[in-house]
Amino acid sequence: MATILFDGVAYGMLLFVLACGLAVTLGLMNFVNLAHGAFAMAGGYATVLLMDRGGVPFLACLPAAFLVAAVLGLVLERTLYRHMYRRSHLDQVLFSIGLVFMAVSGTTWAMGASQQTIKLPAWLTGRVDMLGMHVGIYRAFIVILCGLLAVGLQLGLTHTRFGSRLRAAVDDARVARGLGIPVGTVFAVTFAVGSGLAGLGGALGSEILGLDPNFPLRFMIYFLIVVAVGGTSGVVGPFIASLLLGIADVAGKYYIPAIGAFIVYLVMIAVLVLRPHGLFGRPR
Amino acid sequence: MWVGQALARRARWRWAEIVFWLAAFAALFLPAGRHLILNEIAILALFALSLDLILGYAGIISLGHAAFLGLGAYAAGLLAKHVTDDPTVGLALATVAAASLGFATSFLVLRGSDLTRLMVTLGVAMLLGELANALPDLTGGADGLQGVTMGPLLGLFEFDLYGRVAYAYSLTTLFVLMLVARAVVYSPFGLSLMAIRRNRLRASALGVPVHKRLIAVYTLAAAFAGAAGALLAQTTAFVSLDFFEFHRSADVLLVLIIGGAGWLYGGILGAVLYEALQDALAAVTPEYWQFWIGLFLVAFVMLGRERLTGGMRGLLARFGR
Amino acid sequence: MRRRALLALIAAVSVSSGAAAQDTVKIGLILPMTGQQASTGKQIDAAVKLYQALNGTTVAGKKVEVILKDDTSVPDVTKRLAQELIVNDKVAFLAGFGITPSALATAPIATQAKVPEIVMAAGTSSITEASPYVVRTSFTLAQSAVPMADWAVKNGIKKVVTLVSDYGPGIDAEKSFSDEFKAKGGTIIENLRVPMRSPDFSPVLQKAADAKADALFVFVPSGAGAQFVKQFVERGLDKSGMKLIATGDVTDDDQLNGMGDVMVGVINAHNYSAAHDSAVNKAFVSAFRKANGGLRPNFMAVGGYDGMHLIYEALKKTNGSTDGAKLLEAMKGMAWESPRGPISIDPETRDIVQNIYVRKVQKVDGELYNVEFETIPNVKDPVKAAKKK
Repeated sequence: MATILFDGVAYGMLLFVLACGLAVTLGLMNFVNLAHGAFAMAGGYATVLLMDRGGVPFLACLPAAFLVAAVLGLVLERTLYRHMYRRSHLDQVLFSIGLVFMAVSGTTWAMGASQQTIKLPAWLTGRVDMLGMHVGIYRAFIVILCGLLAVGLQLGLTHTRFGSRLRAAVDDARVARGLGIPVGTVFAVTFAVGSGLAGLGGALGSEILGLDPNFPLRFMIYFLIVVAVGGTSGVVGPFIASLLLGIADVAGKYYIPAIGAFIVYLVMIAVLVLRPHGLFGRPR
Repeated sequence: MWVGQALARRARWRWAEIVFWLAAFAALFLPAGRHLILNEIAILALFALSLDLILGYAGIISLGHAAFLGLGAYAAGLLAKHVTDDPTVGLALATVAAASLGFATSFLVLRGSDLTRLMVTLGVAMLLGELANALPDLTGGADGLQGVTMGPLLGLFEFDLYGRVAYAYSLTTLFVLMLVARAVVYSPFGLSLMAIRRNRLRASALGVPVHKRLIAVYTLAAAFAGAAGALLAQTTAFVSLDFFEFHRSADVLLVLIIGGAGWLYGGILGAVLYEALQDALAAVTPEYWQFWIGLFLVAFVMLGRERLTGGMRGLLARFGR
Repeated sequence: MRRRALLALIAAVSVSSGAAAQDTVKIGLILPMTGQQASTGKQIDAAVKLYQALNGTTVAGKKVEVILKDDTSVPDVTKRLAQELIVNDKVAFLAGFGITPSALATAPIATQAKVPEIVMAAGTSSITEASPYVVRTSFTLAQSAVPMADWAVKNGIKKVVTLVSDYGPGIDAEKSFSDEFKAKGGTIIENLRVPMRSPDFSPVLQKAADAKADALFVFVPSGAGAQFVKQFVERGLDKSGMKLIATGDVTDDDQLNGMGDVMVGVINAHNYSAAHDSAVNKAFVSAFRKANGGLRPNFMAVGGYDGMHLIYEALKKTNGSTDGAKLLEAMKGMAWESPRGPISIDPETRDIVQNIYVRKVQKVDGELYNVEFETIPNVKDPVKAAKKK
């Protein structure tokens, strides 16, 4: 029982790190970026390349994965994305799905279509028994790291100068600009951080979720579920939603395998029918 | 009176429309070889037309339209397998089945934001897909529905290997349903939908029964998508779980956005463009065509989608005068 | 009246174009080159190209031309492409087929057009029954699962939990393994299934661990194997005394080496290992790796390679005639040595008859391989064999 709960939490935490960037771009900046998973994939592949060909240790790869995805995000934001902020949602869908297609195909070309695997260092494998639970060490590592990130993000959004600038820029870009807030820069940095977090998630997640060129398409649905269920007004909602989904998915498949595949979608529809703007959302 | 005149003017057949349909039917007499892809385009166009009814005319965005396509396909396939192999009966049944599902699920899309609707519709399609997978005795599970054989169309025309009869069948269905769609959107009912799309609050203040209208149009769109599913199942004599898959819902949304929502022909234009492009690219590079499609989409948006399809619409309107 | 004249005209045009192309034999190769199954497509495409590079493009005085199409694993697209290939390109063979529904959807077309359909990948038993023109050069899942069950019984395994992906081939593997294992006196504690779309195996693995079986029998599609085994080890199940036995999809040669040392010791049964010890295979593997930047061929590649061999040999037998019925006759009963070992086409079922090897993952020269240690010769598809009884 406790083990199942723990596995669900770990899975949920992973989903959160992968999806929180999308929660920020979609929720705060009101931009539909279906290509979010492509940045996660970039982080994953960066890790594979660094570890396999460069012999870089796993821990050092994590910040590198963040950086690669963040720089990629920054470059794309400055060159392409920023022209899209004011376009309609339909334009944004078309644009970002186009990017996904290019990312999938380009990765297949460069890296082959096969699954990639990373080799975890020995100290992260195996598990320990703790408080009657079997705790996988790598999953514990994910829980701790992602938990810290979640706290850091929330504090960053609510308690820093940058956070308040971002919220101001989102609420009313014109007034914010008038107040001397460099809206463009704020958005670019936010976008880069969101992409970087996805990259980090990709690096952490490839062990559990697998990594192949189809990653952005395969997980697009999960990211969207997290954001929709969580609501789009901050990172607390998506965080709770990720945990809920992770636990529901794992526990559902364990206790009621007959409808295990249905659980995620049932939970999502139920939440959205009861609370159309998500658990923590408010109507705009 | 004034509204009636305005509607009549908008509903008038334009030259470009007439030319288009003549050309589409004339394509039946092309030498064999292109009808299979034309059939696929006609079905995709019908599917996109169905989505246009809710997205373009009622502002309901859906990422789960494949739910109705799949249900229609399975209804038609199962009927052909167990009861009668007459295609038109299957088409009618699929339409009714999908419409019922549309009606039953319509209350889910009445509230919430775009994102909510996107995800709820997606969830419904996924649930149906899983359900079909969980009932292998009925649906054939992951192997797909086996043993579907179609009788001749109207008892006269056998479906041939070249796809000519299939294309004639799909195109005729598309044409008939386009007549229905025209009648609907150029009616006071259609006007009230547009009012809802522009400003829901104002529409309801003006006395438009918003929920009833949305339920009605959602049901109608579901029926259209069910018909598209039946056509696909019947002309390929095969149904699989893939019909419910996410990529079908996503593709039809792409197609409609490419062609432009809200003028009935966007789905057709998008379907022709997208399929032709994909077919041509995949013939050149079967491995990497997706890259070029992606590049096309990005460039298409960057250069101004509105401007490009707007140009087509303008052209159409000018011919109308 | 005019309609009939038009049809006659079309017939005339198609006959004349057929005459012009008389000295070329076209093969329509339909594979998933994009999407989830893209690695299958890549392997087979590479193997087909390799076969032509090694054996030339001319056979029985005719030039053999392969037309590659991407069906993105969507069955109705597969069918449409097959029809177009027959109608427009006048192909003499349809080949490829990454997933079962694609192969099944195309079968009626093969029957109608009397064109042989060479299945190079898809592994559900029933495919060869869907049309008298289907011939298979890959494998059926039951072919691997049944010998695995026999081996388990012989090696003192009494209680087993099975775990398969919840789709056609998975259910085939579950059923054939369970039936055989029970018939030989073993006990199946539980049959677990995981949804195809499931990214995390932890709940089912926990269930398997709770069941305390002697062994866990697994089928997951090629690609998900690494994730599965890693989570198996992470849970400490490898040290719990529960053995891991599998079909060879789990230890796919394409990815095996990248999966890492956690794979060492996994017992599995399958039709092909890149480490198969024969001169034919050594030549095949080294040529394949050379042509594809070091990529290791897997059982998909060998299915494609043998499919091409079947086509070439059938054309030789018919002296270049592309009459479907004649080609089928030529293929039935054909036997040759493939990189995987001796194989033949069962004249009754048109399915492949091949050796199944029990293997163990080991390190050879610093790379992980499936090392064969037991051979079950000439295995026919057990599902169809059981039906005949």
